[in-house]
Amino acid sequence: MSTESPGPQPATSPQIGVDEWVQRSGERITGPAGLLGTAARLVNRMPPILLLAVFIGLACAIPELSTSGYVIGVTADTLLYVLLAMGLNVAVGWAGILDLGYVVFYGFAAYLFAELSSAHYNLHWATWQTVPLVIAATILLGFVLALPSRRLSGDYLAIVMLFFLQIFNNFTTNGYAWNWLGLTGPHDVTGGPTGINNVDRFRVFGRVLSNAPTDYVFVSAAGIAVVAILFHFVNRSRTGRAWRALREDPLAAEMMGIPVKWLSLLAVAVGAGVAGFAGSVNGAYYQGVFPDTFMFPLLITVYAMVILGGAGSLGGVVFGAVVVNVLLEVLRTPDHARWVFYAALILGLLAKLRPWRLLAALVAGLAIFGVVAHEIVGAVWARGVGGPIATGPTSYTTHGFLATVIRHWMVLPKGTYTAEDFRIGNYAFVIVIALVLACTVLKGWKRWALLVPTIWGACFVWETVLIEQNPVTRPLFLGVILIVLMATRPAGLFGKTRVEIV
Amino acid sequence: MSTVLAFQLQTWNFFFRELVGGLAVGSLYALIALGYTMVYGVLKLLNFAHGDVYMIGAYIGFFVLNALGSPLNPVMPIVPLILLAFAAAMVGCGILGVVIERFAYRPLRKAPRIAPLISAIGVSFFLQQTAVLLWSPNPRSYDTFSLRPDSSGIGELFRTAFTIGNFSIQYVQLVVIVTTIALMIGLSLFVWRTRTGKAMRAVSYDAEASSMMGIDVDRVITVTFLIGSALAGAAGVMTGLVYQQLNPYMGFGAGLKAFTAAVVGGIGNIGGAVLGGLLIGLTETFTVGYLSSAFSDLILYSILVVFLLFRSTGIRGAPVLQKV
Repeated sequence: MSTESPGPQPATSPQIGVDEWVQRSGERITGPAGLLGTAARLVNRMPPILLLAVFIGLACAIPELSTSGYVIGVTADTLLYVLLAMGLNVAVGWAGILDLGYVVFYGFAAYLFAELSSAHYNLHWATWQTVPLVIAATILLGFVLALPSRRLSGDYLAIVMLFFLQIFNNFTTNGYAWNWLGLTGPHDVTGGPTGINNVDRFRVFGRVLSNAPTDYVFVSAAGIAVVAILFHFVNRSRTGRAWRALREDPLAAEMMGIPVKWLSLLAVAVGAGVAGFAGSVNGAYYQGVFPDTFMFPLLITVYAMVILGGAGSLGGVVFGAVVVNVLLEVLRTPDHARWVFYAALILGLLAKLRPWRLLAALVAGLAIFGVVAHEIVGAVWARGVGGPIATGPTSYTTHGFLATVIRHWMVLPKGTYTAEDFRIGNYAFVIVIALVLACTVLKGWKRWALLVPTIWGACFVWETVLIEQNPVTRPLFLGVILIVLMATRPAGLFGKTRVEIV
Repeated sequence: MSTVLAFQLQTWNFFFRELVGGLAVGSLYALIALGYTMVYGVLKLLNFAHGDVYMIGAYIGFFVLNALGSPLNPVMPIVPLILLAFAAAMVGCGILGVVIERFAYRPLRKAPRIAPLISAIGVSFFLQQTAVLLWSPNPRSYDTFSLRPDSSGIGELFRTAFTIGNFSIQYVQLVVIVTTIALMIGLSLFVWRTRTGKAMRAVSYDAEASSMMGIDVDRVITVTFLIGSALAGAAGVMTGLVYQQLNPYMGFGAGLKAFTAAVVGGIGNIGGAVLGGLLIGLTETFTVGYLSSAFSDLILYSILVVFLLFRSTGIRGAPVLQKV
């Protein structure tokens, strides 16, 4: 409960038809506190259409302002993820269905679009024909794949949806010799592991949108605008309210006469429709579809986006998608990743540590710990300190303020890292996880004392292992988002937490 | 005439090979399924990370075997060597399971049903990627085939134990099936004959009521995770012994199939989990052998979807009355 709420309210006799529980239900909903809460309240006070306009305006301004193809490409990717996250939010955030088959819809749409507009079947349909058809077909598929929700619920439904994903992956990867299980000769349906290439670009009003990624930034932005406005009203409609009722308590909802089964189907299908559009854009933008794209890691990525921002909150989901995808991109470049990591560390300490003397003590402890460790290792193992901050194919400028600080504070072996050095990093990784877990258990001064080696160890692992192996660090980071958010703030950064009293 | 006979012999041989292979895979699924079914019984949670615990177990076994000399020249006789690998994997996985429960699931005991499930998916992905980070995504091999080879290069484990008619059974298949049966019996004795087992059954009937009866529910849950994960560790080592190959992604598919095995046998039912595991192992092996190897996943998962849809209480389970 937030600190503003006063103590027990004077007992007023409830009016007829409004019992005390209903009357005070608003008090049980708490938003995030602190700086984030202020931001969330500010954002909530603005009219949604203004927020949408600002977001779309910013997204569309990037291709105009930036000349870097990479930046525009990341923008286009991010907007696709925003679409995907908004679609998943319908089932997961609003209706409370764990739709683990969501990526199937995205993949199905991309494949269908590719097959209708490529040399694979020699079909080159016009965009105004394919996109509505693909969306309609994906919605239909959504209804079909959601049918198990009529008989199953909860974990069983989730696992069946995941089976659909496995089936889809198996089919797309091996679909180059699909023979209807022996009924016909083999023929190539999905292009197999290499997928379908040379897919047509979108053609809109006689113009081919070949200026990728700039054109696709605009396409996705337009899609986001339409979907966001639509969902804004859906969320406030009868259906939206019924979905939320379904999420909170399916049984009670059913007893109130809400058609639970139909609404479950509808939630999955509506989400599938958005994925259908995103899939078409995917096919046209990348000019190809590949089976490896539409697998479990993508599902985790989209889930991390939805969960981070706050499942159920449209703005939060958009925020989550932008943050997660931009962070994942930043992690690709060690230089940028390093700055972001230390900035996040310092910001996190500033935001979480009160009072100030505690923060000062911790920072001093960290500095001393690092320097002492540096000296000890330097005395025992000459090669152990003063090494390059990054090795291997990544080139890192060995000068600069941050590098100098890190070099004197951190233990970094010299020369190219050997298997032995990496093994030290691996042990350190496991130890740091244990330390982090221990920190969550300990209370009081012990926790603060343990925090010093934990943070230093985390920085060590970051420098020696994670930044070097960023293809693994990125998915690892997604897993951490899911676990940490569920343990600390299940409603996400911007979601509202209901404090239920049972 | 003779060609027909030879053909028939060949098909029978093939059938038997598939049968034994299916039973071996099924035993592995059964062992993993036991962990799912036990956890689901006490916590009503699909422990998504269980498959990845099994993967970690396979890696622990791999490192133990490697630390004790190369396959060609191990430092100790083969039986203690393998027992040591089993023990290390079971202890390691048991601890891992307890840690996962303590830090990922326990804080969410009172959260909505969807929260621990998402957390479990996160843990699963985290473990998988941790394995990629620590041990690289490339597959490793137990190389048990050349463990103490004879003159023709076949290791001790892969020699023929005995033959039935025309068909021979290798030691390693025997090890898998016998170990599974032994662990099964041990588990049954534990659940039905000990106080903790009794507490476990009580919690799976009604956690709230049993906590009122003085049962420490958290402790029972911890023990459940310990045992379930240890069994998964044993399954991991067995996978390494039989199939030799292991990689960080092996836990995902095996976990899905094993969970379904638990459902097929009736969730919460220990004997049922074994039956379900064997059934799914056989189905998978025969699908690969007789129908299509490229689309085996497609066929198997389709069968599982149909099964879950129409018989989600399991082959021998009675319909569960949902108490509200």
